[in-house]
Amino acid sequence: MVLVYEQVLNGLQLGVTLFLLAAGLTLIFGIMGVINLAHGSLYMVGAYAAALTAAKIGSFLLAVPAGLAAAALAGMAMEYLVIRHLYARDHLDQVLATFGLILFFNQAVVLLVGRQPLFVAIPAALDGAVPVGAGIQYPVYRLAILAVGIAVAIGLYLLIGRTRLGMLVRAGATHRDMVRALGVDIRLLYTIVFGLGALLAGLAGLMAGPLLAVQVGMGEQILILTFVVVVIGGLGSIRGAFFGALIVGVVDTLLRAFLPGALRTVMQGSEADALGAGLSSMGVYLLMAAVLLVRPRGLFPAHG
Amino acid sequence: MAEAALAPATPAPAAGRTRTMLALVMLAAALLALPFVATALGDSSIITLATRIVILAIAAASLNLALGYGGLVSFGHAAYYGLGGYVVGILYASLREPMFGVLPATDQLLVTLPLAVIVGGVAALILGAMSLRTSGVQFIMITLAFAQMLFFLFVSLKAYGGDDGLSIRRRNALPFLNTRDETTFYFVCLTVAALYFALLRRVVGSRFGLVLGGIRQSERRMEALGIRTYRYKLVAFVISGMGCALAGALMANYARFVSPDMLHWTQSGEFMIMVILGGVGTWLGPAVGAAILILLETVLAAWTEHWQVVLGPLLVLIVLFGRSAVERVAARIAGRRS
Amino acid sequence: MTGRTLLIAAMLAAVGASAAGAQEPVKIGMITTLSGPGGYIGQDIRDGFQIALDLEGGKLGGVPIQLLVEDDGFKPGQGKQVADRMMKSDKVKLLTGIVFSNIAVATVPDVLDADGIYVSPNAGPSNFAGKDCHRNYFVVSWQNDNLHESAGQNATVLGYKKAFILAPNYQAGKDALAGFKRFFKGEIAGEVYTRLDQTDYAAEMAQIRAANPDVVFQFHPGGLGIAFMRQYQQAGLLGQVPMVVAAPSMDATTASAVGEAAVGVNLTTHWNTDFDNPGSKRFVEAFQKKFNRAPTFYASQSYDTALAIGAALKGTGGKVDDTEAFRREMLKASFSSIRGPFKFGPNQHPIQDWWAAKVEKGPDGKPVIKTTTKVMSNHGDVYAKDCKL
Repeated sequence: MVLVYEQVLNGLQLGVTLFLLAAGLTLIFGIMGVINLAHGSLYMVGAYAAALTAAKIGSFLLAVPAGLAAAALAGMAMEYLVIRHLYARDHLDQVLATFGLILFFNQAVVLLVGRQPLFVAIPAALDGAVPVGAGIQYPVYRLAILAVGIAVAIGLYLLIGRTRLGMLVRAGATHRDMVRALGVDIRLLYTIVFGLGALLAGLAGLMAGPLLAVQVGMGEQILILTFVVVVIGGLGSIRGAFFGALIVGVVDTLLRAFLPGALRTVMQGSEADALGAGLSSMGVYLLMAAVLLVRPRGLFPAHG
Repeated sequence: MAEAALAPATPAPAAGRTRTMLALVMLAAALLALPFVATALGDSSIITLATRIVILAIAAASLNLALGYGGLVSFGHAAYYGLGGYVVGILYASLREPMFGVLPATDQLLVTLPLAVIVGGVAALILGAMSLRTSGVQFIMITLAFAQMLFFLFVSLKAYGGDDGLSIRRRNALPFLNTRDETTFYFVCLTVAALYFALLRRVVGSRFGLVLGGIRQSERRMEALGIRTYRYKLVAFVISGMGCALAGALMANYARFVSPDMLHWTQSGEFMIMVILGGVGTWLGPAVGAAILILLETVLAAWTEHWQVVLGPLLVLIVLFGRSAVERVAARIAGRRS
Repeated sequence: MTGRTLLIAAMLAAVGASAAGAQEPVKIGMITTLSGPGGYIGQDIRDGFQIALDLEGGKLGGVPIQLLVEDDGFKPGQGKQVADRMMKSDKVKLLTGIVFSNIAVATVPDVLDADGIYVSPNAGPSNFAGKDCHRNYFVVSWQNDNLHESAGQNATVLGYKKAFILAPNYQAGKDALAGFKRFFKGEIAGEVYTRLDQTDYAAEMAQIRAANPDVVFQFHPGGLGIAFMRQYQQAGLLGQVPMVVAAPSMDATTASAVGEAAVGVNLTTHWNTDFDNPGSKRFVEAFQKKFNRAPTFYASQSYDTALAIGAALKGTGGKVDDTEAFRREMLKASFSSIRGPFKFGPNQHPIQDWWAAKVEKGPDGKPVIKTTTKVMSNHGDVYAKDCKL
C-alpha cells in the first residue's frame, strides 16, 4: 500500500509535467488547428537554455527566466517564420513542416552545444527528501514540480476564465471565424498563444533538466505521450489537458511499477519484465483508443 | 532511380495520353537498365539503393490510397509495414528454432509475401474498423495510437527479439532465381512494384475509386446518394494496409532484418513525407516522393554528419514554397490528379 | 571535418572516382552512432581513432589510411545500409566503429558474409562470441558480459550480500545482468528490466527502497545512466545503498554530467585516464589537447582498435585482401595496448585485466574516477568454449 501511495505521487508528478506540455499543445491545436510535432523541441530548448545558463552563472533560479525566455522566443520565432503560413493548410503540410523542424532543432543543438548530455544541479533549497507520510521520504524537487504544475494549472484557469485574453482564446477555440469577423487581431492573438504554449513547454523542459538527462532528442520521447493527453482530454480544452495529463501520468506509472511484478507471478523474470514493460507502454494508447471510441471528442471537449 | 524517374518529366508540357505512355515507357526502360548502368559504373550500391526506393515506393503509394484518394490521414501505417516485415522474420526464425510448434516455418518468398499481405490486411481491417468511427484529428491520433501499441507489443516480445529485432540470415528463396544476388532481387522487387502500381491504377480508375474520391470531397453528398461510405473507406484502408505489409515483407528481405523500428511513429511520418513530397492523390507521385526523400537523405548524409540541419529546413521550405513545384514534376510523370 | 567522400554525388554525376596517389591508402570504414542520446559515445570512438592516426601522421603501422566515418543514426537498418554502401561503392574491406550491440548484431553478419573484416571497438554481444564466432570478426574492447562480470566480482570482493540489479531490456542489458550474476556470490534481492526509452526511474527507486538491498548494480549507458544516478541521489538512496556499476554506466562524460551524485560509486573498468603507462599518458595528453576534454574509456578502446589494426597492417605490408594473412597478423596482437596486458582468446575476443575504481571528488570539486585495485587478471569470456575456429 505504501508503495502504491509513492507511485501515485510519482504518477501525479509525471502528470503535471505532461500537463505543462499538453496545455500549450492543446491551445495551439484547438485555436489554430495546427498539429505541432515540434512542440517537444521547445521543451528541449527550454531545458538546454536553462542548463547552459546555470552552468555559466551557477544559479538555477536565474536559469529559470533564461529557459522560459529562450523557449518563448524560439516558439514565437517558429510561429512567425513557419507555423503562421500553415494555418490555412491541411494537417498533412503541418505534419511535414513540423517534422522538418524537429530534425533542424535536434541537429542545431548538436552543432551549437555538442553531443555530451548536460549537467544541471538541483538548487540547494530543493535538494534532499522530506517525509510525506506513511514513512516515505519523497524528493523535495519532485514535490516542487508538482506544486509548480498545480500553480500553473490554476493560473491558466484564471487566465482563460477571467481575462480578456482568455475570452478571446475561448472564443477562438469554438468560433474561430466569428472572432476574426469581429475584428480581433487574430494574428497577434495566435502569436501570443503560441508564445505562451512555448513558454509552458520550456518550463516543463527546464524543470525536467535536473531530473533527467538534458540531451538531444529528449523532446520526442515525451511528445507522443503529450498528444495522447491532448486527445484524451479533448482538443482545445485546458481542463481536459489537466485531467488527461494526470490520468495518463498515473496510469502509465502504476502500470509500469506493478504490471511486471504481477506478470512475474505467472512467468519467468526477464520475459515478464519485457512483456510487462511493453504492455504498460501500450496501456495509455489503449486508454486513448477506448476514450476515442466512446467519446470521440475526448473527455472534456472544448467545442460545445 | 531519381534521375531515371525525373528525366522523362522535363520535356512533357501537358499530360497527353501518348506522352504519358511515352514517359512511362521511358521510365520503365530506365528502371530496367539501371542495374546494368550501375554495374558498368562499378558501383553496385546503386542497385541496393534503387531496390530500397522501389520498396518504399510501394509503401508510400499504399498510404496514398488511403490518404490521398480517400482523405484518410493515417499516422500509423508503419504498423502494417512492420507487421509485414515481422511475418517474414518470424517465419524465418521458426525455421531455426521452432516456436510453440504450431507456427509454420518457411523461407519461400511465394509463401511469405502473400501471408504478410493477408496479415497486414486483417490487422488493417480490425484497426481500421475501429479507427474509422472517428474522423479529422482524432483519426490521425487513433491510428497513431494503434501503431504505437503494436510498436510496444513487438518491443516486449522477447521471443521475437524485442528491441534488438530479428536477423534473417538469408533472403527468402524463389524457385529458379537466386534472390541473394542484388540485381535479381532488384528485379523481383521491381516486378512486384510494377504489378502493384498497375493494380492501384485499376482500383483508382474503377467505380470504387470514383466513389472514394467522392467521399474525400464530400462524405455527406455520397451518403445522400445512398452510398455506405464507411464500407468504402474501410476497404480503401484495408487495401492500403495490405500494400504496406507487402512493402514491409520485401524490406525485411532486403535488409535481412526486422526490428520494432519499422513500426515506430517516425516511420509513419516518413511515409507521409514521401506522399506529400511526391503529390497527394497522384498515381506515381509517392514513388517520386520516396525517391526524393531517400536520395536527399543519402546525399546529405554522405556530405555532412549534420545532414539533418539541412534536411529539416529543406522540408519546411518545400512545404511553404516549393511543394507545388515538386508536385508539378510528379504530376507530369504521374498524369493528371484524379 | 572527417575523411568523408561525396559518394552519392559522385554516383549521380556518374563519375567513377578513383583516388590517384603514390601509395593507395587502405580504406577503413567507421560506422558509428553520432546522433541521438548515444551520440557522444560514437564521437569519442571516432575521435579516439583519429588520435591514433594523428600521432602517426595519417598512417597506421606505416600504412596510409583513409578513414570514412558515417553515422548509423542509432538505427540497425541504417547501419546495414552504410556498411553495404561502404563495401560496394568505396570498396572498403575493413570496418569498425559500431557502438551498440543491436546495431552490431544487424550489421556485422552482412560485413562478414561479403568477406569483409570487422574489428569491434565497443559492442561485443554474446551472439558472436560463442558458436556464431567468425574468423574475420575481432573484438578489441570486451565481450559484453566481461564488464558486468567484473562488477559482480567487485561486489563480491567488497563483501556485499544482497544485490538489487537493473538494466534496460535489450541484448546488452540481458548480458549485463547475466554477467553480474555469474560472479556475484550473494543473493539477488530484486531484478528489474527497464525500458530503453525510459527517462524517469521514480518507479524503480521506490522498488529499490522497498527491497532494501546491500548494494545496487545497474547498467544504464549514456544519458540513461545520468538520469538514473541523479534520481538515485534525489530519492535519498545515494547515502543509504552503495552502488556497484561497470564502466559504461559511469564513464568520464556521465560522471561529469551526474556531478556530485556520482561520488562514492564503485566501478570496474579495463582502462582509466590515470593508468600509469607511457602509451596511455601519450594518448590522454594528445586527446585532451586536440579535443579539450578528457577521453572516455570508449575513446581508449577505439585508440587500441586503431593500434591493433595498425600492427596487423604492418605485418601484412598494408594488404587486407588476403583475409587469412590479415587474421594471422591480427591475432598476434603485437601492439602495446594502453590498458596493459592484452591478447586475443580463441574466439578472437580479448583476454585482459579488470580494475576496480571509485568516483572521488577532484580538486576542483568535479568528480574524478580513481583506479584502486585489480579485481580480475587475464579474464576471458564464458562463450569462448563454444567457438570452433
